[in-house]
Amino acid sequence: MAVFSGSDLTCLRGERLVFGKLSFAANPGDAIMLRGRNGAGKSSLLRLMAGLLVPRSGQITWNDDPIHSDRIAHHARLQYLGHQDAIKPVLSVRDNLHLWGQLRGVDDIDREIDTALHALDIHHLSRTAGRYLSSGQKRRTALARILIGHADLWLLDEPTVGLDRESSNELAQLIADFRAKGGIVIYSTHIDLAVKEPTLLDLDEFAIPMIEWLKDHDAPADDGIRSDPKRAAQ
Amino acid sequence: MHRFAKPSVFLKLTAPILPWLAGATAMLIAAGLYFALFASPIDYQQGDTVRIMYLHVPSAWMGLFCYVGMAICGAMSLIWKHPLADICARATAPIGATFTALCLITGSLWGEPMWGTWWVWDARLTSMLILLFLYLGYIALVNAFDDPDRGSKAGSALALVGAVNVPIVKFSVDWWNTLHQPASIVRMDGPAVDPSMQLPLALMILGFTGYYFVVLILRVRLELNERRIRALHLSGMFDDTAQDAEPYDPGHNAEASQ
Amino acid sequence: MNGFTAILRRDLQLAMRQGADSVMVVAFFIVTTTLFPFGVGPEANILARIASGVIWVSALLAAMLSLERVFQTDYEDGTLELLTLSPVSLEIVVLGKVVAHWLTTGLPLIVAAPLMAVMLNMDTDGFVVLMIAMLLGTPALSLIGAIGAALILGARRGGVLVSLLVLPLYIPILIFGAGAVEAALLGMSATAQLQIMGAILLLALAATPFATAHALRQAME
Repeated sequence: MAVFSGSDLTCLRGERLVFGKLSFAANPGDAIMLRGRNGAGKSSLLRLMAGLLVPRSGQITWNDDPIHSDRIAHHARLQYLGHQDAIKPVLSVRDNLHLWGQLRGVDDIDREIDTALHALDIHHLSRTAGRYLSSGQKRRTALARILIGHADLWLLDEPTVGLDRESSNELAQLIADFRAKGGIVIYSTHIDLAVKEPTLLDLDEFAIPMIEWLKDHDAPADDGIRSDPKRAAQ
Repeated sequence: MHRFAKPSVFLKLTAPILPWLAGATAMLIAAGLYFALFASPIDYQQGDTVRIMYLHVPSAWMGLFCYVGMAICGAMSLIWKHPLADICARATAPIGATFTALCLITGSLWGEPMWGTWWVWDARLTSMLILLFLYLGYIALVNAFDDPDRGSKAGSALALVGAVNVPIVKFSVDWWNTLHQPASIVRMDGPAVDPSMQLPLALMILGFTGYYFVVLILRVRLELNERRIRALHLSGMFDDTAQDAEPYDPGHNAEASQ
Repeated sequence: MNGFTAILRRDLQLAMRQGADSVMVVAFFIVTTTLFPFGVGPEANILARIASGVIWVSALLAAMLSLERVFQTDYEDGTLELLTLSPVSLEIVVLGKVVAHWLTTGLPLIVAAPLMAVMLNMDTDGFVVLMIAMLLGTPALSLIGAIGAALILGARRGGVLVSLLVLPLYIPILIFGAGAVEAALLGMSATAQLQIMGAILLLALAATPFATAHALRQAME
């Protein structure tokens, strides 16, 4: 049984069916690359994995525990990079990162911030206020955030947006290092990111024609609860 | 628990009930109005104006009843995440707001000949007015989101918060009022109601409650069917006619004032 | 607790750097209060009579004015998403943000209130009670207001909406706050009103962080 897995996931956004009956599984050191056209649900899936969204059906588990049974523990093990960089314009890069170190209960925050800034090659900017950063520098600051503190799982939503080729290669290196330490990386990207042998998850395969799904679920007997063969097998 | 599976059950269950309920409501209100307007005695002090009571008291009852209903729906949406709960709360709000407004208007019309003023800052009047504000806040919140689902959920949370707050508001308004004008002369319910007035009053209250359920069922059915249509549109079933797809949300509170 | 202080410190730091918010709230409070003599007339007796009510209403409006921004900027720049995902319970985060909001808006209002009371000819007997009542009332305003601020995230016309949602819920605080000062001015004990305000504050402290956190999670979906 995989460490981080999801089974039979259905996701509705608003009233639109994004994907259905999706399953995934990842073990330490794995990388999963999400692919799919616009609106296929790459971001939604990452948000489901983070616990921001609740799947309409199905379950996501970490070591067989549903992630919603202990939200804090799940948050402690994951680092999430969304579309936005969450950088306060009036705070310096260091101050911006400081909060996330504190919230994760990191002991030596300044040292970790230094390491993270060196790794992303933006240490010279550590005292620069957020408003003077270019968009690429902001993205790298956001990436530095996910290096602070311990994590087992990275969920990266389009991490390469705003990054040039060199920075993308640096990111690929960071991902490789993280995997070598036993981390799980799940990411979506439009451009090629030099990650070694990622598992491909093509979301287009899970797009269900809404009409079929409606027929399926309009049947009064079906209450959305169904037996899960994987769980039964345990 | 499923948002499309459950609603189909709701549609099936309510279809046969609706005509009976509507018929009973019409008869109750007709009988109530007959007794209220013709077959009940006039008050020896108030004359014919007392007949306003038969609209006023049931409206006040409905205003409170609908708010409690909304709060219960809010709690159900919070605890069981039942999709119907949000829709019910959303459908209830305009009805409750209308009844509350009706209560205030009839009260005002009644107050003018009786007390010589349209409005008094009496505890009851004031708390009814605040209740109306709460309804309006709810309706505004629910309709302020592009995603109707998000609006309903936010509304349910607000209804619940309001329910906790309503007793506090009510209690503090009572307190505030007695502080300023002790032993208020203004009593809305007057002396013990004569038995000959009780019958029309009871009929009207029952009729109004029935009316609420009829409108509620109609509104929920409408909303469910609208959702189905939207879902079918999204599924691409009507691809060739997709251009004349109607825009969402033709005003959830527009038809309640009828 | 670590998370609470972290959020509090960061929000205070932001308020210091951006500055304007607290100043704006106090300025709004003073300007609103100043409008009343123009509307009611400059007669000292009348002003002294309505002073406590005027100060409370203005404070209420000023506190409400700043509510929209409690979560809005964090929501827009993605910080809120990350706060929701941080290994600290969201209720603690909410509490940290609310305390920061109170320190930057409620506290300056309490300091400015006696000044306006003097200008409105309020009897000095009421000053201490006014301060105590505001000390109990303004944190409750921030706590209750936070629910409204969280509910309107992502809504159109959020600023107007939050006032419509929150003002009816503020009425008890207004009644007892003004009532306490009134009682003190009449030479009576204001203990009862102050105790009720204390009770409202405790109730708000116990209940509202959960409601706000729930609303925030909804907004993140």
